[in-house]
Amino acid sequence: MEFELGEEHRLVQATVREWATRRLLPLAPELDRQGRYPPELVRELGEMGLMGVFIPEEYGGGGMDTLAYCIVMEEIARAEAGVSVVVSVNNSLACYPIFAFGTEAQKRRYLPELARGRKLGCYCLTEPTSGSDAASLRTTARDDGDSWVLNGTKAFVTNGVEAEVLIVYARTGEPGARGISAFIAEKGDPGLSVGKVERKLGIHASSTCEIVLEDCRIPKDRLLGERDRGFPIAMATLDGGRIGIAGQAVGIARAALEDAVRYAKERRQFGRPIAEFQAIQWKIADMATRIQASRLLMYRAAWVRDQGRRHTREAAMAKLFASETAMWAATQAVQVYGGYGYIQDYPVERHFRDAKITEIYEGTSEIQRMVIARQLLAP
Amino acid sequence: MATDVWVLCEHAGGRLRKIAHELLGKARELAGRLGGRAAAVALGEGSGALAEEAGTHGADVLYALDSPALSSYTTDSYVAALAPLLQRERPFLLLVGSTALGRDLAPRLAARLRAGIVTDCTSVELQEGRVVVTRPVMTRKAIARVAFRGEGPKIAVVLPNVLQPAPPVPGARAEVVAVPVDAAPSRTRLVGIEAVARETVSLTEADVIVSGGRGMRGPEHFTMLEELAALLGGAVGSSRPPVDSGWVPHDYEIGQTGKTVNPLLYIACGISGAPQHLAGMSGSRYIVAINKDPQAPIFGVASYGIVGDVFEIVPLLIDEVRRVKGARRDPA
Amino acid sequence: MDIVVCVKHVPDTEAPVRLRADGQGIDESGLPFVLNYYDEHAVEEAVRIKERVGGTVTALTAGPPRAVEALRASLAMGADKAVHIQDPALEGTDHLGIARVLAAAVRRQPADLILCGKLATDDNAGIVGPALAEYLGLPQATAVTRLELRDGTAVVHREVEGAVEVVEVPLPAVLTVERGINEPRYPSLPGIMRAKRTPVTVLTLAELGMGAEDLTALTELVRLDPPPRRPAGRLLEGEPAEVVRELVRILHDEVKVL
Repeated sequence: MEFELGEEHRLVQATVREWATRRLLPLAPELDRQGRYPPELVRELGEMGLMGVFIPEEYGGGGMDTLAYCIVMEEIARAEAGVSVVVSVNNSLACYPIFAFGTEAQKRRYLPELARGRKLGCYCLTEPTSGSDAASLRTTARDDGDSWVLNGTKAFVTNGVEAEVLIVYARTGEPGARGISAFIAEKGDPGLSVGKVERKLGIHASSTCEIVLEDCRIPKDRLLGERDRGFPIAMATLDGGRIGIAGQAVGIARAALEDAVRYAKERRQFGRPIAEFQAIQWKIADMATRIQASRLLMYRAAWVRDQGRRHTREAAMAKLFASETAMWAATQAVQVYGGYGYIQDYPVERHFRDAKITEIYEGTSEIQRMVIARQLLAP
Repeated sequence: MATDVWVLCEHAGGRLRKIAHELLGKARELAGRLGGRAAAVALGEGSGALAEEAGTHGADVLYALDSPALSSYTTDSYVAALAPLLQRERPFLLLVGSTALGRDLAPRLAARLRAGIVTDCTSVELQEGRVVVTRPVMTRKAIARVAFRGEGPKIAVVLPNVLQPAPPVPGARAEVVAVPVDAAPSRTRLVGIEAVARETVSLTEADVIVSGGRGMRGPEHFTMLEELAALLGGAVGSSRPPVDSGWVPHDYEIGQTGKTVNPLLYIACGISGAPQHLAGMSGSRYIVAINKDPQAPIFGVASYGIVGDVFEIVPLLIDEVRRVKGARRDPA
Repeated sequence: MDIVVCVKHVPDTEAPVRLRADGQGIDESGLPFVLNYYDEHAVEEAVRIKERVGGTVTALTAGPPRAVEALRASLAMGADKAVHIQDPALEGTDHLGIARVLAAAVRRQPADLILCGKLATDDNAGIVGPALAEYLGLPQATAVTRLELRDGTAVVHREVEGAVEVVEVPLPAVLTVERGINEPRYPSLPGIMRAKRTPVTVLTLAELGMGAEDLTALTELVRLDPPPRRPAGRLLEGEPAEVVRELVRILHDEVKVL
């Protein structure tokens, strides 16, 4: 059993860390404050192959594995969490389903641009009335001879404003999970528009919006996978996406830890650095321990996936544990900073706001627990 | 002579460069202890006329390779001129300034002569007959003490502004030894020189540097730093971010990826003090830091710190300096 | 063009450095090492030339086993081949010794152009480049900020005090590069995978036809010490106008620049 990263994964880690520290970290406060999506940085990420980490080189991707992907996610999120989710959604929720379930023509048409960061992808599953209960979605797709006609509203679409390629799940058959199909929509498709753009608590660099489909006509060749077999695509996609979100959570948690450590060494009270007080030391120790545990769960989930084995439970555990760790660690970090932790000039209040969403999207912590329990308690 | 200490003296416009004075001071001191002579070596047209200046600054002898063929530096011609001279005369030690010329020439000369060589020296001493130098390493996180081994030639390339010139001895004049030059052809050819428009004194030679960092927020705000520098007779520099952002030209940069400076006074405005920057300026005698962030690492090395907004403090500083200078100039 | 780039594996300048208690060096345990910053620019320049005019780029280093990572980073940026000179005898040599060893390796292969970074950030020595040129008997230009190739000649810009020189250097030649010559690319993931698959040629001194006597050092480290502690500074406190007045008084009375 090898616990060290191999040479190429170490090089990926060092490369992305260097890029994130030099290019992204200095911009983090501005991206958060202005809610600015940075197309120039996304372009650079694309050139490095990071917008399609595990997509094979022949389709324009990075040609690496899930382990590399979660390393990339952690390093980007450590610098800025909003950009990291832009990367994650593009990789896991857009590139992956096309790669795993698309026809050769669909792969050749969409993957090179998505994987190279020239076009951004997004994932439209959730609706105003169906979140955790995803299978109850109401958006419909009607077979109209030479086209599909989609009607409905999708909510909370990450990257929705900038994305040009959308994976849309709509009902083509009976109620429930068995009547759902997946489609590839494009921003130019008639009847597809960006609806309300949400104002969020955190991850401001990434856009979240409604996608409105009003008699949206898309060509027949845009069905992704088989008809009525869209729900398994959605679920399989989330398995990988959850590993990515675990990476985001580990990155945010690590940012909180590193900032707290730095502050504890510099801040003096009662005649000494607060790092010398046990209360602070214990917080730091607990943060570091939980972050390492989160990371190892994430690495294991990535490893199982890379072995080609079922990894639903491992991915759920990693996402669950890492996201709760991130929220907890960010809270601890604000506490370490004391009054300054509440002030926007210091980075920890941003980590606190950014961390929360990791416990919610791509399956709430409650859903993750259900997923894990179901496997363990199956008759 | 095996007890002589030589200095490669760069010169321009009939005058020695400031670093030559610093090196001659050290050569004088070391030669005195060895019982030998301090010698200046100058190349190019007019080098013979430097005898008086070389002498007042400590040289007993001036080896003048006074030839127009050497007026512009090329590696080949300088190596060809100096190597045989050094092989013949065998000085105990050759001191070279850490300038663009010195850094290009000295290592090649050392390879040609099989000489021990240390660059970036911040001190040069004789200890029990051995030449021992110090030089910063690891982004100035450590200071290395290095000794030359053996009896062969030795070259120490010394940073500007670290050695003190000797007090000039009026009337002293170096004895000129005219060295015939066989103008060796150079493989490289200087085809142009574009002067960089900077009116101030060069950063590596400045006694006062006013420097700006990311906190200056934009290129236009460097004007007030230039004003302050002009009032103090200094030069303007920057940390890395303003260079990376294109606010100031490359040659402003002080730090690991820029210049190393050793001024008497370094005023850091809106500079946080990352290790890579400190590596370039922490040898300054006095450091004044002005920064809004009380946690900025620059305060850890500053002699005097002001936690404040540079846009408030610097204009006030300019006015106050102007006032004090005006008062001094016109006491009535 | 066949280009050889000499690279060095050095401690990351961001990382804190611990000195050995015996003062004989640094404690390398846990210290992150990277491809030397200036060598990144040299590799980038070489790869750009290759992309323009074709040829091969070989990355070359002389160093301990860990130095292979500098070669991998160079390959990931687009170098085609990598050569690692590894030998215990390298430990005790000086910069001229390293340059001699590199020269022996360069002579084994076609090289129209040899590039190095202008210095390595661990010791800032800047000795190997020009010394390498001397041992190869080639023309040199140091601290190059711009490089154009015209029919077998390199036309380079180099920054000197107060000016930029334009110099013609006939090839083959050794050029050391300054930052500003280009913006080095970040290795791409496909590049990293290719780098992993590329075999590295390992050479010992014996294979280079050299012995320990070629490496006799002419300088030696006596001691490595922490930098001298600066005397504790003083924060000037009060209203801006007061603080400024106090500072100017200090500049006048103590620093004596007014």
